[in-house]
Amino acid sequence: MNLNSTDFELFDTPAAMAFDRSALDTRWRALQSEVHPDKFAAEGAAAQRVAMQWAVRVNEAYQRLKDPLKRAAYLCELNGAPIHAENNTAMPSAFLIQQMEWRESLDEARELLAVESLALEVGAHRKTALAGLQFTIDDQHDFVAAAQQVRALMFVERFEADVDQRLEALGK
Amino acid sequence: MALLQISEPGGTPDPHQRRIAVGIDLGTTHSLVAAVRNSVAECLPDVSGRVILPSAVRYLAEGRRQIGFEALSEAAIDPRNTITSVKRFMGRGLSDVKDRAKLPYDFIDTPGMVQIQTVDGVKSPVQVSAEILATLRFRAEDSFDDELFGAVVTVPAYFDDAQRQATKDAAQLAGLNVLRLINEPTAAAIAYGLENGSEGLYAIYDLGGGTFDISLLRLTAGVFEVVATGGDSALGGDDFDHLLADWALSRAGLKAESAQDKRAVLVAARAAKEKLSSTDHATLACPLGATELSVRVTRDQFETLSHDLITRTMTALRKVLRDAKADKSDVQGVVMVGGSTRMPMVQAAVADFFGKPPLTNLNPDEVVALGAAIQANALAGNAGADDLLLLDVIPLSLGLETMGGLVERIIPRNSTIPTARGQDFTTFKDGQTALAVHVVQGERELVSDCRSLARFELRGIPPMVAGAARIRVSFQVDADGLLAVSAREEVSGVEAAITVKPSYGLSDEEVARMLTESFTTAEGDMRLRSLRESGVEAERMLLATRSALDADGDLLSVEENASIQALLLALEATREGEDHHVIDAAVEALAKGTEAFAAERMNRGIRRALSGRRVEDV
Repeated sequence: MNLNSTDFELFDTPAAMAFDRSALDTRWRALQSEVHPDKFAAEGAAAQRVAMQWAVRVNEAYQRLKDPLKRAAYLCELNGAPIHAENNTAMPSAFLIQQMEWRESLDEARELLAVESLALEVGAHRKTALAGLQFTIDDQHDFVAAAQQVRALMFVERFEADVDQRLEALGK
Repeated sequence: MALLQISEPGGTPDPHQRRIAVGIDLGTTHSLVAAVRNSVAECLPDVSGRVILPSAVRYLAEGRRQIGFEALSEAAIDPRNTITSVKRFMGRGLSDVKDRAKLPYDFIDTPGMVQIQTVDGVKSPVQVSAEILATLRFRAEDSFDDELFGAVVTVPAYFDDAQRQATKDAAQLAGLNVLRLINEPTAAAIAYGLENGSEGLYAIYDLGGGTFDISLLRLTAGVFEVVATGGDSALGGDDFDHLLADWALSRAGLKAESAQDKRAVLVAARAAKEKLSSTDHATLACPLGATELSVRVTRDQFETLSHDLITRTMTALRKVLRDAKADKSDVQGVVMVGGSTRMPMVQAAVADFFGKPPLTNLNPDEVVALGAAIQANALAGNAGADDLLLLDVIPLSLGLETMGGLVERIIPRNSTIPTARGQDFTTFKDGQTALAVHVVQGERELVSDCRSLARFELRGIPPMVAGAARIRVSFQVDADGLLAVSAREEVSGVEAAITVKPSYGLSDEEVARMLTESFTTAEGDMRLRSLRESGVEAERMLLATRSALDADGDLLSVEENASIQALLLALEATREGEDHHVIDAAVEALAKGTEAFAAERMNRGIRRALSGRRVEDV
């Protein structure tokens, strides 16, 4: 075990999409209980530096493992299919049309109810897409296809954030 | 096999030699210091038996000053030189200070942080805060008749980087070894969590004199995990005073012109507000120039007046729940912190929102200091300290300015600290040799709507075509919530780094200069002080290294062990000397020489966590 171990090795959990959230949380707390700088506050600078590096590393891994999309992107990268979202903007036209429709609905939505129903629709879409992504990775082990799905889902998540912002602005 | 548990017994060979560590609540209206004595956290009283120290400093001629109650009683007579609620100015520029027209100070608009002209010269909020902190430090040292090992100082969870840095600078200026800055709501939860043995999701509603914080924490077996935090760093009891004062003046058709009058009306408003917490009417009365102000106010009137302020806290509360993706029914209990939560309308609003009465069984003025003391005791590694762990978050997103004045978010708010994140950028012009890095904090899309933390430049990038350079900007937030930023061009290896200080904090040199000039050294000479500090540090390193060797010495080869032993002996030999530089060098040599050992021990800790076994079973 060292700072270059994978997130999965660090958390001693299978390199797959399926995971038990509460076990992950427990493991995170156990790891931080060992490496957090506070545990070395009474020690010298050397121990503090090492603790800081490890605590950062543990938090980084935890952030990635608990978020299904980040977890998928990481699995793709580990399996030779990095996401490189900035260089891979090509998307199937059906997907792009749907994105445009969503954007239009959001622009046109004036009332809270309309934005809320859009939020529900997008949320449901994300759930289905994530289930598909899990199948592609855990059952088909097709990481190239998975990377494409991750890129599409990144668009969906960004749009969801915009919807959330609108909800906030509308005072929900 | 003996095994090291860092925050538990074994670290200190002599059980009687406890390290004195205190918790300090540096509040807007008053401050407290607490410590764990006989395994109970308690606030330390002054010679008159009072635990509260009003956060007020009065500057007099010839470098004399009054602090606390003494200063407060003179506030109405000498408002210009009596600084109260200085916390509101920490890490703030003049334009950030709301109500400044109503305040009686001679502000100086200095770049970075506002300063105040007093009869004793120009004072920065950091210096004023240091006076308060030093007073508490002396109180603690007198209580224990001993030097302090260190202190945990609390800050509002919503404090940004500049405000945190200013607080840490103030503590250093007051001669305190800062073990950690922790968030006030988290400190309150520690005090409550340990006393009540609670587990689950808790909301901490902290309405102090000048700041409002709301935090959601998950408590699990000694781990305090902050899930989300929010609030308003410029909303507190003072705002209620201002509202009431303005209302009374307009009722009476009077105006407060002079600094004295402004102060007197505020003091009277505060007294009336406090009275209204237990009665249904009060009279706001004070002399005003040649006349007298006297206005009767009912609790109903006051509550109608304050309605918007309460609504603002409720909006923040809803936002934090949304951030945490939690419903208000998930919240098992609500803890009330801060003197302003004594107002019945605040308690009613919170009870109404959650559908259950809030917890108020600890004194809301003391609870933050008590929690900080418990954490300080644990950090000092004292025997018998509770094995607790705080996992806190950053309250506001950190980002960089990109093209068009937009913010590229690097670390989102509510990320658990410590944390680090990097982002790659490139040049946009052919032959571009420098890149300006502008670090900002806030949630808005436009740089102009966020707080500017620091600017620096990465220079010396070899000329390349646009887009060919690969510049990695790395953000690192430490366990105090303080940010450091570095930038590196990967092709050429050119680097630049900054600890985010210059735009709002003080540089290390400035702190050093102020230390030499300040009261903290009035008692003795600087050289002796340095020598003593180096001696304490040497002692700490020797102890820590020996107990680490006892615990995990089996990880070392015979040669490695011998080389560490040699460094220990070398440090031991310097301790009786008179030159602190020699001691410092030996401490640093030992720190360097044990770095690999520290890494090995960390590995063992990780394996232990993964094996799922408790420390005592290994």
